[in-house]
Amino acid sequence: MSTGAPVRRDGDAGSRPADPGAPPVQVRGLVKRYGELTAVDGVDLTVHAGDVYGYLGPNGAGKTTSLRMMLGLIRPTAGEVRLFGRDPTASVAALDGVAGFVEAPTFYPYLSARRNLELLAAFDGDGASARIDTALDTVELGGRARDRVGGYSHGMRQRLGIAAALLRAPRLLILDEPATGLDPAGMRDMRRLIRRLADEGMTVLLSSHLLAEVEELCNRVAIVRRGRLVYEGEIAQLKRSAGTTYRLRTTDDERALAVCRAQRGLSGVRVERGHICFAADEQAAAELSQALVESGALIVALAPETVTLEDLFFSLTEEDAAAAGSAATLPEPDARVVAAEGTS
Amino acid sequence: MNPGVATVYRWELFKLRYQKRTYLGLGAAALVPILFVVALHFRHPHRGGDFAFSSYLTRSGLAVPLVILLFGAVWMFPLITALVAGDIFASEDHNGTLKTVLTRSLERHQIFAGKMLAAATYAVTAIALNVSVAVVAGCLQSGFNSLQSLSGTIVSAPRSLELVYVSALVYLIPIATIVAIGLLLSAVTRNSAAAVVGTLMVSLLFQLIGILPGMGAVQPYLLSTQFNAWQGLLRTPIDWAPIVRALWVCAMYGIPALLAAFLVFLRRDVAGG
Repeated sequence: MSTGAPVRRDGDAGSRPADPGAPPVQVRGLVKRYGELTAVDGVDLTVHAGDVYGYLGPNGAGKTTSLRMMLGLIRPTAGEVRLFGRDPTASVAALDGVAGFVEAPTFYPYLSARRNLELLAAFDGDGASARIDTALDTVELGGRARDRVGGYSHGMRQRLGIAAALLRAPRLLILDEPATGLDPAGMRDMRRLIRRLADEGMTVLLSSHLLAEVEELCNRVAIVRRGRLVYEGEIAQLKRSAGTTYRLRTTDDERALAVCRAQRGLSGVRVERGHICFAADEQAAAELSQALVESGALIVALAPETVTLEDLFFSLTEEDAAAAGSAATLPEPDARVVAAEGTS
Repeated sequence: MNPGVATVYRWELFKLRYQKRTYLGLGAAALVPILFVVALHFRHPHRGGDFAFSSYLTRSGLAVPLVILLFGAVWMFPLITALVAGDIFASEDHNGTLKTVLTRSLERHQIFAGKMLAAATYAVTAIALNVSVAVVAGCLQSGFNSLQSLSGTIVSAPRSLELVYVSALVYLIPIATIVAIGLLLSAVTRNSAAAVVGTLMVSLLFQLIGILPGMGAVQPYLLSTQFNAWQGLLRTPIDWAPIVRALWVCAMYGIPALLAAFLVFLRRDVAGG
């Protein structure tokens, strides 16, 4: 059952015709509370047409809850979701041109893959049944279509989930952890499939723990921590704004770590494989050198490294970085970094 | 063709064909009359029961379905009905498929209506199967003979057969209420076993209240009492009062249960699976 305060609903926002100019996904002030727990806390994000958009966050950050609200499966406590300008909690008409799955895709285990797709195509109408063979071929399940889904491996179910989504000929594909549980070959195939669909013009919103995969596939990301948005924008911009990651070794790493944590302009300070790692710009690194010398921790090595999305993800989502308000990650136009206290 | 309630209904019936519980319930509905007749065949000829039509069991096969309707009300028919009604939403939760079907092009109220109709269809099928098997098995054992009505008049065999099926139709009134209770528990508990057992418990609770001393005043308004409404058809002239009462008493229990199930399903968050 829905919990929390009732949401004021825009009467016909779900069933009115899609606005061709509206972005595929627009989320404003989205909140979901379960009693005392706030699973999603004021999330704002926009997915533009043609984006491959990554939705990132640690376990329990509220990603899946947000996606469920986007698909109309759960009602927001506050805020609104619009898919092509329509409200998915008001009517399934808002899901026209939208498909996907949250958590693992699920099917009737006692029916074959083909029967499952026939059922879903019947529920879709609009000629979806004519797309069953193509969808099965796209995910390379044509040869196993008559097998009961109960006997399918996790990877096959993930692929069948994509096939079920393709029946709707979507313009927007929403995928929750599509590569979770797949072996390396399965992950590679899933990545290629998503890339291909995006190249064909589909807008993709995907949540993932696999940061290298997101970095390879996505052009824009939203990063959430404990239900709150800490960044939304282009990955390239995030990397530019984050400065450089440095690796540091000193004669007294314990003292150096304390100095780094206290030093202004450093973020994501952590110990990794015997090195102190942090993100900083050149000026902050130079100031750190001086501070280390003054503290008596002499520098053995201080080397810049290429920053990865993973570094940035940890710097934005880990506890100590959040306490520092992610201050080192500077916002630039069209990208939003949100301090732990509030939203933009 | 645009999908609608008929689409859901058709696919729900299709899915029932692939589920063991379907055959468990229908199998029981078909088997019980056969076992009853076998027991009848081997019982002592002078040992009779003290219930409606018991004395006619050996004289007319048409008494068999009526006796089974009488005793099936205690737990057999409520259980068979609950097997599907109690499972129809809960199994979607168990399989995690609710989120799959709710993100297609059908509104929740259409899915609810299709499932409700499928659960009702199953109950009707089980009763029809039970009565038909009982008629055939009973007639093979005791012959296609006339019955004595509850008023003592003799009713011809063809007219008795007609009354057996009309009785079954009247029997569907409380069964529809059991369907509604099953749907409610299925939507609320999201657990198939809890919903099936819960539905049966509700039915047994009514039976229990009915046999408690000092409860005579409420007896006519209990759900369990309505399972006997069909007996009004077997009086001369037909006594419509219990049938009319069954209609409104069952509506009194069934409509709120159905409405509650509908609202729960319509408004619930699909957060699991």
